[in-house]
Amino acid sequence: MSGPPPGYTRPVRDRVLGIVLKSSAALAASLVLLVLAFVLGEAQGALSQHGLAAFFSGADWYPTQGEFGLLPMAAATLATTTGALLLAAPLGIGAGLFNALVAPRPVARFHRALVEVLAGIPSVVFGLWGLVVLVPLIGGGDHSGQGLLAASVVLALMILPTIALTTEAALERVPAELLHGAAALGLGPVARARRVALPAARRGVIAGLVLATGRAIGETMAVLMVAGNVVAWPAGLREPLRTLTGNIALEMGYATAEHRSVLFVAGLVLMLAVALFVVLAGLFGGAPELSSGSPRA
Amino acid sequence: MKNLSLLAALTLALTLMSSCSSDASAGRTETLTLTGSSTVAPLAAELGVRFEELHPEIRVDVQSGGSSRGIADARSGHADIGMASRALKPSESDLDATTIARDGVAMIVHQDNSITALTATQVRAIYTGKVTDWSEVGGTPGRITVVNKAEGRATLEVFLKYFGLEIQDIHADVIAGENEQAIKTIAGAKNAIGYVSIGTAEVDIEAGVPIKLLGLDGIAATTAAVADGSYPMARPLNLVTFGTPSPWAKRFIEFARSPKNADLVLRESFVPLSTK
Repeated sequence: MSGPPPGYTRPVRDRVLGIVLKSSAALAASLVLLVLAFVLGEAQGALSQHGLAAFFSGADWYPTQGEFGLLPMAAATLATTTGALLLAAPLGIGAGLFNALVAPRPVARFHRALVEVLAGIPSVVFGLWGLVVLVPLIGGGDHSGQGLLAASVVLALMILPTIALTTEAALERVPAELLHGAAALGLGPVARARRVALPAARRGVIAGLVLATGRAIGETMAVLMVAGNVVAWPAGLREPLRTLTGNIALEMGYATAEHRSVLFVAGLVLMLAVALFVVLAGLFGGAPELSSGSPRA
Repeated sequence: MKNLSLLAALTLALTLMSSCSSDASAGRTETLTLTGSSTVAPLAAELGVRFEELHPEIRVDVQSGGSSRGIADARSGHADIGMASRALKPSESDLDATTIARDGVAMIVHQDNSITALTATQVRAIYTGKVTDWSEVGGTPGRITVVNKAEGRATLEVFLKYFGLEIQDIHADVIAGENEQAIKTIAGAKNAIGYVSIGTAEVDIEAGVPIKLLGLDGIAATTAAVADGSYPMARPLNLVTFGTPSPWAKRFIEFARSPKNADLVLRESFVPLSTK
């Protein structure tokens, strides 16, 4: 491809495309700021009246009685997300490895289709399944079964496809020469996966885990249906807890005036937590790769 | 390239279009807005459809968002009529409430539970954590799972008021949002107890959901008992207005109370206004 010839003017349709794409990009970027401004505006009433400290000092949440402790719910969000990642990450990465390195083509294609269907199941279906099947199993008759374990399992099912598909895609991008070279050096499948393929695909795998974590933090309906929703510190696998998102969904439709404003503070905290997480993940995932960069360079 | 620019233009056009789409209320010049209780909203929506058939010039807009929202919206003028599934509190005496139907709130347990009725004292002891095992209230031994409702729900307020409890007193194992979530939780946990609208529970029991309604203080929890006024934990379903209602709001409230529309009340499993 050479540069444009002298006297060349860009066709109108190219200029139109440029304008359209630029405005789309500007719209997408300004939406985040608009949402932030809106949430800040709505939360401002509660913040100026009670101060930020009121939301992080107590462990009790009785918003209509003036007690706004958000910490147990923040801890609950952290606990369910961690639980879901612990369950889904090994399974998802394993499924991705299987598809990319081990499975024969037709099996891999079929398996991928299944995982994609799993990714398309609406969250409320997972929640309903959790409520009528999983929760009674965990409860075993003498317990509600709603709590950390049920929430983690349901979340894990929902983020599993993200991890599996991104891992597979990252592994597919590992240059075949690398794997062939490893095989020629006499490395077995385990060593090839552990020492060559995964380190080379590290950035993609981490990106998948970040996406999955983001979804786990934000997921609301399914968790709401199986977590028990009692405001309490995470105390055990079968003990109930309420996540930040679950709290907003549970109370927002019914909140007026001050209660509503308090819920927007919870939303603000959630937004800041996700932003912090994205920044941290960027720092971590953006570190130099273990393998010596692109083999073609 | 051409396809790409077409796609981009189309995307932008769709975005703009969806942002300024207007509702298709052709021919209807006025809007009557009702907001509030999610218990009353389905009934109000049914009434609204019938009202619109009679009056083609008006559109009835029903939005659900909880009784507290309905009261706040009626007061602020955001809604012509607020919906509330409870009686007005003393602090809400500036508003006018018109009852259009009645509903009972009842304790429910799993079908296999041996208990058939509880007294108010027993319910209070269970919900405050003083009684934690079914054997203490005459049932087969098993740790009680207490299911409560989320803050802001009228069902919770009716429950707290009836039993004279504060929300801080309650030791819950599960907090449910909707009636159905409470029912499914109890259907899946043999030792759980909760409370829901009697109408909703009766519909579910007919559909085969393994729960049962408990009598309260010796009176069986049935819509019939709510209808004759003997069941104690009952609540009015109210339409709430502030100041002088608009002519349309007034007509709608009269319409909602009319015996001709009692079939809609029954269809939603509520109790129509009694003749007494």
